[in-house]
Order: sequence, then structure tokens, then C-alpha cells
Amino acid sequence: MNLNFLDFEQPIAELEAKIDELRYIGDDADVNISEEVSKLEAKSKALTQSIFSSLSPWQISQLARHPQRPYTMEYIVRLFTEFHELHGDRCYADDHAIIGGMARLEGMPVMIIGQQKGRDTKEKLHRNFGMARPEGYRKALRLMRLAERFRLPVLTFIDTPGAYPGIGAEERGQSEAIAKNLFVMSGLRTPVICVVIGEGGSGGALAIGIGDRTLMLQYSTYSVISPEGCASILWKSAEKAEEAAEAMGITATRLKELGLIDRIIEEPLGGAHRDVDAMAGNLKSALLEELNQLSGVSLDELVENRYKRLMAYGQFTDR
Amino acid sequence: MSWFRKLMPSKIRTPGGNKRSIPEGLWIKCSGCSAVLYRSELERNFDVCPKCSHHMRIGARRRLEMFFDADSIEEIGTGLEPVDILKFRDSKKYRERLSAAQKDTGEKDALVVMRGTVDGMPLVAAAFEFSFMGGSMGAVVGERFVRGINTCIDNNIPFVCFSASGGARMQEALFSLMQMAKTSVALKRLSDAGIPYISVLTDPTMGGVSASFAMLGDINIAEPKALIGFAGPRVIEQTVRETLPEGFQRSEFLLEHGAIDMIIDRREMRTNLLSILGILARKPTVTSAAG
Repeated sequence: MNLNFLDFEQPIAELEAKIDELRYIGDDADVNISEEVSKLEAKSKALTQSIFSSLSPWQISQLARHPQRPYTMEYIVRLFTEFHELHGDRCYADDHAIIGGMARLEGMPVMIIGQQKGRDTKEKLHRNFGMARPEGYRKALRLMRLAERFRLPVLTFIDTPGAYPGIGAEERGQSEAIAKNLFVMSGLRTPVICVVIGEGGSGGALAIGIGDRTLMLQYSTYSVISPEGCASILWKSAEKAEEAAEAMGITATRLKELGLIDRIIEEPLGGAHRDVDAMAGNLKSALLEELNQLSGVSLDELVENRYKRLMAYGQFTDR
Repeated sequence: MSWFRKLMPSKIRTPGGNKRSIPEGLWIKCSGCSAVLYRSELERNFDVCPKCSHHMRIGARRRLEMFFDADSIEEIGTGLEPVDILKFRDSKKYRERLSAAQKDTGEKDALVVMRGTVDGMPLVAAAFEFSFMGGSMGAVVGERFVRGINTCIDNNIPFVCFSASGGARMQEALFSLMQMAKTSVALKRLSDAGIPYISVLTDPTMGGVSASFAMLGDINIAEPKALIGFAGPRVIEQTVRETLPEGFQRSEFLLEHGAIDMIIDRREMRTNLLSILGILARKPTVTSAAG
């Protein structure tokens, strides 16, 4: 079993392994097997298509947390030029779970803020699994205010299981750090576009998630609590995560239907991790389009529209 | 049940039930020091144990009635009722949970907002009903909160919120998370209008409520020994795999770490809030405000 593939991806993994093997043989044998390879490739494509045409919310939540899923930095290097990373909250520390800095997108100056996960064990620990502490949110806040002063649009990339639940994080005011970000972002006088690129986990995600547009990659998720967390509280068993994922409506498609997000960015066949360059391309054109639309709006109007957007969240009856 | 009781052999029948001669709830055991307290005496003492000063949890309506001048109250957002837009169902349907909570508490949702006067000073105050699904925040809580704030902006009067909540309401999924955003942007407007907002954190204030409006007060005040934090203590313990320090996430801990301005005993809350609001509003001293 290939650990870089999820359960439901295993049939694809087996085919791919066969193709690789054939290619390897083909390289040093005289026999021409390219025909066989292309046949298998077509089969693999069809198989992927059929598996991915009917993914359950639970499968999508696994894809959003796929070990090979591209993280913020992989998009930064593909989308932007002149990226200058900015560090630290000026109070306590530099949180490696959130990266940020200024850069250019097709020449246009922007501020980037995103949660960053790690790929191997060492990097995972360094990035704290993408779970920010208060200093991470305060760094983000500092960069947003900087962006506002110099009229740089803010682009945020959301990918976190949630804010870090630790002793030090509580001591340094995790709640206040998140709350302050919501407060400031809601009135920030510069365009803000938020993209959920993987896992949009709860308050830790929302703390860099208030803006004029919320976009989601096709196989990303956004939820108030992880399916496992929800299951262990409401069903009293983490094994009911599959049901919880279904009930909460955490997928891009469902959230678009519910009017909670604005746009879904299509992923390449088999998910973003199968073709990071293509994914980056789709993301870039979506960002450029949205930025273009927002650049024509006056700052007063921008903030007023954002206020109305936030006010519209939630349904109730009023008699 | 009576036919079933008759069938039961006498040996397994438990005495009691009908035998109770003391009216229910006349005596209450303090959850702090276990002293047995006379209910009416406890109520006169604002539900604070006279022996050990333990602050018992109290309901939203009682909290607000204690706070406002009698007969000055007008409730805001009474027509609002929750809807189950996701048709959410865990071991129970959300709709069933809602009606059970509504029946138990007599409230439509977990937040009660009122406009009135406190010693003659007009203001809006909101209070959480913790016994309504753990004081969790869904769309109705968010909307009532915002309407309270809008009343403040329209009338240029201060806003006070007494929070007691486990956080976001999972049954409303992402809608409940977005209430954090909604309440925060409303507070931004209130702040821009130059109107003071005092957040009073009571036991317990956690998760999405603490990580939004509860921590955004111009002044943050806590009741003694209230549990206040972002992540629950059990979640933290499981994550860091060490025992949490004594008094972790209690009001005194937050004061020590600079998260709140002060801790005020419930019995002195009203006088102190009045005084603080008076100073922020640059009002001349009123003698009765000191008493």
C-alpha cells in the first residue's frame, strides 16, 4: 500500500505503479511498449474520473488533508514574483505556522498571508502542523495593517486544522488574537481575498478569513469543527466522522449552495496534488479576475459591501 | 409506569419519589463549598454563596432583571427563532434538540437582549442562557447581538454583554462560525461610533464566543473563578499531554496574563459598571451611582 495515496486512490496508485514499471523497462529494453503505456494511462485517467465524479464529503475532507496536497508556499513560488517574507509579531515571536510577506502578482503589488503546513516530520513540527499561536495571528494582523497603509490588496491562503490548543497559546491570549483579527479585517480599507486551499479549520481559519471574496479550491473544506471533533462531541465517537462530515456540509459545492462562499476553483483531475502547476494556474487566473473586479470599487463602498456580506450570514425566522 | 411498579417485587422498589415532603429547590447545595443554603437567601445574595463567595451560574433573564431598573425593560429581537437549514442530525435531530431546549428554558434561543435603564442610565445589555444548548452561538444569537448593537448606535447608548457559552453551535455548522464575523463587524461599527462596549465574561466563556465579541470589550471584566479560554481544557490536555497548571483558564489566570482588565464580584457588578460607563461617557458624578 502506497502511503502517499488515500484508500480510495489505491486502485489509481496500482495502475500508476504499473505504468512507471513499464516505462522503466521501456527505457532500457528494445521492445516498444509505448502503446501499452498509453493504453494504461488512458485507463488510469478513466478510473480517476470515475472515482472523482462521486466523492463523499468524508473523502473530500481526506483529500483536503492529503499528504501530498500543495501548501501555501508551493503556490507562492508559482504565482508571485519578488516575494519578501516578513517575520514576527513585534511582541513575542515569529510563528512558523503562518507565513506572510509582500510580492507581486503579474506586476501588481500585494500582501500575502497564509497558513503553512510541513511535509516531513521535521518540517511538520517546525510549522506546528499549520496550527498558529497568538503570535501568528498578530503577525498576520501587523501585515494587514501594513497593507492597508500602503494600499496593497491582501490575499490570504487558509490551510489549518485550527488554532493551536496549547498552554502557552492560552496564556498569550489565543482568543483575543483571533477576535482582534476579525474586528480589524472586517473594516480593513483595502481589498481582501481569502482562499481556502486545503483545510479551513474553525476560528483558526476565520482569523485570516474575513474579506470581500471567499474562494475555495474544489476539494478543500471549511467547517466550524473538524469532522472527527464534531463526531466525538455529538456522536460521542470519533469513528462517526464520516457522518459528521456529511451533516456539517463542509465541501466547496455545499457551501456555495448555501451562499457561504463566492467561488469554487476547479482542481486538476485527481486533485491539486496530481498537477500543482495546473492548480496554481487556475488559482492565479481566479485571483486576477477577482482582484480586477475589486479594484474598481471605492474603499468606502468596499467596506460597506463587506459589512453587508457579513450581516447576511445566518438564517432565522422573524415573526 | 404505575402498572409496571405494581408488577415489581417490593424488594427492588426504591422508596422515595412520592414521599418527598420538602418542596423542591428550597435548599441548594453550593457547588463550591458544599454548604447547604436556603434558596431565598441565596437569591438575595445574587446567587453567590454567602459562605465561600462561589458564583453560581445564573440564567439570562435573571441576570438582566438583576441589572436593569425594574419596569424599564424592553426586549429586543423577541420575534427571532432558529431554523434548521442544514436538516442537521447527529444522535438526535437538531430540531428536537431545539424544542427540548426551548421547553426547558422557556427561551427561543441562547441569547436575551434588553434595552432599559440602570439607575436611570439608558443602555442595552445582552446575556447568555447557558442552559440553552450550552449557550452556543447560532444565527439567532448573532442576529440578536447585532440588533442590540444597532439599537445602541441609533440611540447613542452603551452596550454590555454578559457571556456564558461553550462556543459556536455545531448544528449550524459554518453558519455558526460566521456569527463570529458578524458580531465582530457590528462591534467595529459601534466602536467607530465612539460608543463604549463592556464585555463581562462569566463561567464559562469558551471557543467561538471568547474568540470574538467576548474578548473585544473596550473593558473586559470577569466574574471570579470563571472558566475562560479558546480551547477546552480537555482538548489542550490531550494535545500537549501534560497536566494543566492549577487555576489554568480561570479569571485570575487571565488577569495575571493581561487578558482582562479586572475581576468583579457579582454583588458589586452593577455599581462598578455604572461607574465605569459614567466615566467613559464623561458624565458628572451622580451620588446614587456610588451607592
